Amino acid sequence: MLPLDAPPKKPGRKLPFSPWHLFLMPMAAIMLLPLVWMVVVSLETAQQAHSYPPVLIPSSLHFSNYPAAWNTLPFGDFFVNSAIYALTTVAGNLLFCSLAAYAFARMRFAGKNMLFVVFLATLMVPYQVLLIPTFLIVKRLGMVDSVGGLIAPNLCSAFGVFMLRQFFRTLPIELEEAARIDGTSRLGILFKIVLPLSLPALATLGIIQFMWSWNDFLWPLIIIDSTNHAPVQLGLSMLQGAHSTEWNLLMAGTVMSQIPMLVIFLFAQRWFIRSIAFTGINQ
Amino acid sequence: MPGVILEEVTKVFPGDTVAVDHLSLEVADGEFVILVGSSGCGKTTALRMIAGLDKPTSGTIRIGERAVNEISARDRDVAMVFQNYALYPHMTVYRNLAYPLRQRRMPRREVDKRVNEVAEMLSLEELLKRRPAQLSGGQRQRVAMGRALVREPKVFLLDEPLSNLDAKLRVQMRAGLKRLHSRLGITTVYVTHDQVEAMTLADRIAVLSDGKLQQLGSPQDVYDHPANVFVAGFIGSPPMNLLRGTARAGQVTAGQLVFERPGIQDGDVVVGLRPEAMRPVVDGMPALDFRVDVVEPLGDEVIVHGALAAELIAVDTDATDGEVGSINGTGIEAVARLDPRQRPAEGSTIRLGIEDSEVHVFDALTGLAINV
Repeated sequence: MLPLDAPPKKPGRKLPFSPWHLFLMPMAAIMLLPLVWMVVVSLETAQQAHSYPPVLIPSSLHFSNYPAAWNTLPFGDFFVNSAIYALTTVAGNLLFCSLAAYAFARMRFAGKNMLFVVFLATLMVPYQVLLIPTFLIVKRLGMVDSVGGLIAPNLCSAFGVFMLRQFFRTLPIELEEAARIDGTSRLGILFKIVLPLSLPALATLGIIQFMWSWNDFLWPLIIIDSTNHAPVQLGLSMLQGAHSTEWNLLMAGTVMSQIPMLVIFLFAQRWFIRSIAFTGINQ
Repeated sequence: MPGVILEEVTKVFPGDTVAVDHLSLEVADGEFVILVGSSGCGKTTALRMIAGLDKPTSGTIRIGERAVNEISARDRDVAMVFQNYALYPHMTVYRNLAYPLRQRRMPRREVDKRVNEVAEMLSLEELLKRRPAQLSGGQRQRVAMGRALVREPKVFLLDEPLSNLDAKLRVQMRAGLKRLHSRLGITTVYVTHDQVEAMTLADRIAVLSDGKLQQLGSPQDVYDHPANVFVAGFIGSPPMNLLRGTARAGQVTAGQLVFERPGIQDGDVVVGLRPEAMRPVVDGMPALDFRVDVVEPLGDEVIVHGALAAELIAVDTDATDGEVGSINGTGIEAVARLDPRQRPAEGSTIRLGIEDSEVHVFDALTGLAINV
C-alpha cells in the first residue's frame, strides 16, 4: 500500500499536548513559585509579610511598598551603578574575549596550547578561591570602593574566551583566507569577517555576562564600602537589618531590581534560550 | 602581465608529510595551466603556496620577476576562487564584489564602476542586492569569479571551482571560463581532479602525483605521449589498459599481442592500449582476443568491459602510499570503446587489433615511457 493510501488516523483519546507536559507543567509551577511569592510579599503589609503561616493571597494590595523601598535607600544610584557595571563588563568581554579567542582559534604562536590549558584551568578554580588575590590586586591598583574596582576584574573572562574560540573555530577558514587575499589585515579579518558572522555567539556571551554582572552580589560586597557606589544587589542587602528585616520592602526592591532583566528577556528571549542551549550553562 | 615560476618548491607539513616535493613549474604570462591529479597529490597545496596562504618549506616562488616567498598574500596581487567559493555570507553580492576594492581604499565611484562592469560581464546585475545564501550554486560560483576578477589581479588562482556544480552547469561554466580567459588573458593556475576540465581548458596541464610533477605539456601531448605509467593510467577516460609484457630482440609480446619495436632493449615492459585505439582486427595488425562481459551502449559509442588475452596490471593512481605509479597487482578488467555498429554480444569473444604506432610501451621497472 502506498503511503498516500494509508487510512486517516482514528480520532482517539489523544491529549491535545505532548504527554511530557504533564511532567513539565508541575515543574514549571515549582520554578515559578518563588517569583510569585516575591511579588505577593512585595504587595503585603509588614505584618502580613511576617505572619506565619504565610499569607499567600493578601486581602489588599499595598503598592506603596515600592515608593517606600525606593526612598529608603538611594535606589537611583544603585541602578545607575548596576547599569554601568553590567554594560561595561559586557562591552569589555565582547571586545577582549574576542581578541583573545581569535588568537587562540586561528593564530600560531609559541606556547599557545599550554596557555589555553592554563586559561581553561582557571575555569575550574572556585570563585571564592580567586576572591582574595583579586581583591589584593585591585587594592594595589587603588581601586577599592570604586565602580572601576567593581568593573576591572570582570572585563574579560576565561569562559568568554573559551566560548568564542569554540565558535570561531566553526567558521570556514576559507572566508578568512579569501579576506587575506583580498587585502585584509588580521585585525580587519576579526572585525569585518569573523565578528559579523559570530553575532549569535556574541549575543550569547553578552547576555550571559549581563545576567552575571547584574545579579553579582559577592564581588560588590567585597569591594564596595560606600552606599553611593553600590550596585542594586548590594543595595538590596542594605534593606536587611541585623535584627529585623522589612520583607515587604526588600521584596519590592527585589522586584524592581529584576525589571531590567525582564525587559531584556522580553526582547532577547530567543538569545536567552539559545545561550543556555548553546553553552549548557545557566549562570 | 607576469607569469608564475616555481623553483624546486617543497612543502612538508608537521608530521613529515611531504605534500609537494621539489616541484618546478613555469607558467608563462597569460597562460592557462591546470594542475591535475588525484586527491592528496599536492595540487591544492601548490596553489595555496602561490596564493601566499601556505609557506614553502624550501624553494622559491616567483610572480613575474619578484620572488614572493616572504610577501604576504595580500601584497602578491593574486586572486583566488575557492572550492566552496568562500563568499562572505553577511554581505550582499554587491558588497562581496566591492570588498577587495574597498580594502585597497579605492574611491567609491571607481568601486561602483568596476563592480558594475564585472557584474555585467558575469550576468550578475539582477543579483547584486542578494546575499550568498539566496543564490544557486552556479550563481555563487559566478560571484566568486567576479570577486576574483574585479581587482584585475596579475594571477588568477582557481581551486576546483566547478566541482560543486551539477554536470550540466559544469559544462556551461567550463565554456564560460574559457571565453573569459581568452578575453582577459590573465595568467591562470587552475587545480582540478577532473581530467575532462584539464583536457578542455588548459593551455598546458601539469600532472601531479605524490607531490611530484609527473608530466607537463599540452593536453593533447600528455594524452598522446604519457611520460610514465602513472600518467598513462590517469589521463584518459576510461583509462588505458596496461598489460604485462616482455621485449626480446626488437619484438614485444604481451599475451597474444605481438608487435615489432626495433631497437628496444630486452626486458620486462608494460604495454598500454587506449580503449579507443582498439578496433576489430584488420589483416596484419597486432591483435588479441577480448572476451566480452558487459556492454554499455552510450549512443555514439559502446563501452565494452571484459578480459583480454594477456595479463592485465593495475597502476596505483591514488598514490597514497609508496611509489608513484607502482604496479600494484592484477588489473580487474579491460575496457574498449567501439563503434555502436560493431557492438559485440555479451559473452562472446572478439578479436581486437591496434595500430603498431598506437601501442604505448613502458619500462616495467622505472615506469617510464620507452620511445625508440
